[in-house]
Amino acid sequence: MSHSTPDPNDEHGSVYDGLLGTDTSQWAFGTDFEDPLAGVDTTVPDGLDAGELAAHCLQLGDDALVMSHRLSEWCSNAPDLEEDIALANIALDLLGQARLLLARAATADPSVVPTLPEGSPVPVEDALAFFREAVDFRNVRLVEVPNGDFGHTVARLLLFATVRLAAFERHTAHRDPVLAAIAAKGVKELTYHRDYAGRWFLTLAQGTEESRRRLVGGLTAVWPLYAELARAYSVDETVGPEVDVVLDQILAVSGVERPEVAPMAGTGHTEALSRMLAEMQVVARAHPRGLW
Amino acid sequence: MRTVTDTAYALAASVTDPELPMLTLEDLGVLRDVRESGGEVVVTITPTYSGCPAMATMRDDLVHRLTDAGYAARVEVSLSPAWSSDWISERGRQALRQHGLSAPGPAPRSGGPIPLTLMPTARAVDCPRCGSAHTELTSEYGATACKALYRCADCLEPFEHVKEI
Repeated sequence: MSHSTPDPNDEHGSVYDGLLGTDTSQWAFGTDFEDPLAGVDTTVPDGLDAGELAAHCLQLGDDALVMSHRLSEWCSNAPDLEEDIALANIALDLLGQARLLLARAATADPSVVPTLPEGSPVPVEDALAFFREAVDFRNVRLVEVPNGDFGHTVARLLLFATVRLAAFERHTAHRDPVLAAIAAKGVKELTYHRDYAGRWFLTLAQGTEESRRRLVGGLTAVWPLYAELARAYSVDETVGPEVDVVLDQILAVSGVERPEVAPMAGTGHTEALSRMLAEMQVVARAHPRGLW
Repeated sequence: MRTVTDTAYALAASVTDPELPMLTLEDLGVLRDVRESGGEVVVTITPTYSGCPAMATMRDDLVHRLTDAGYAARVEVSLSPAWSSDWISERGRQALRQHGLSAPGPAPRSGGPIPLTLMPTARAVDCPRCGSAHTELTSEYGATACKALYRCADCLEPFEHVKEI
């Protein structure tokens, strides 16, 4: 037996009609998205270049979005339930940061937002997340490479959270008050992320021979991408030394050396980002008007 | 005499958090402001965590509560200052304990580079069931972004602790 596709524009067409009465607010893909910056003054301060601010927010937002997606791939696959929940929570924090940062990029410079069909209800941060090609993403390669094992994820998260936290601490005094406010929220979250990754780094390094082998393997695998991450977040000259102190502290207590592997050549993205975006974007792209 | 804003504030303050329903938005400290603007009630709330999925529900619940009372209402977001668990009221802390949750201690101080904590976060957490101070951390992350998981070593009760941020 086949069913005809309900037309949500037709009064009698949708099986969901009547489910919510006249209350459309609980409808998952409804007509009224909330703006994460509703009521926030998004005027770009004098003396700041709106294009540069938008580009920087896109970079910070894309890193959070892509890292969040990779972490969310652990859902139902983590070594145990507590870690499953922890990784999902960290992914959720980063998704929230991504949403705010992409919305900030769009309000600073609306020209960064892809054009969608007229009447599309997709909000700007979703347009940026779901309707850009891989080549337009500004994230570093560290966050896009596929998940390895848990040791790989811990090593990647430690590098990412340590560097991002140091940069966000400085951004709490950014001349753009919106970015400064997003950073101030993010600092609290990233502190938990860094501690989480640091504890697991130490636990795996000092655990069994097998856990240590996997952790060192993971760190060695992501290390070629570390230089690009450090460069992207060196918002001033003090970030690098501060990050080095933190990483050296964890490496020393864990008895792990910095891997001696060369930085990965080139810039831009790996093939992995296109594959990830294909999965992440497919539903939104199939329904750019938000109707099915 | 009660003004429109007073009445609207009382209504907004009675809305509860969708994930911690024993707390009103006022007790949670996310209700930042209620004002009248151009014949409309404008409510300002702040997210607990950047990705807090309850924000949309809070907004809808506020609009419904005020609309039902005859107000035209709109909800705005305030990002700064960032929410702190220190803003949970004493009444809210009691409500948490009465419902088997442990209330947060003082939020970490800010200023200067944030120290790395490789040992489990040191907190004085009492079991909300038996009051024992002999409790242990199960996980820094729980069913919602704002909670950690604990277990009482005496009565063995597992419970949630609202995290300090």
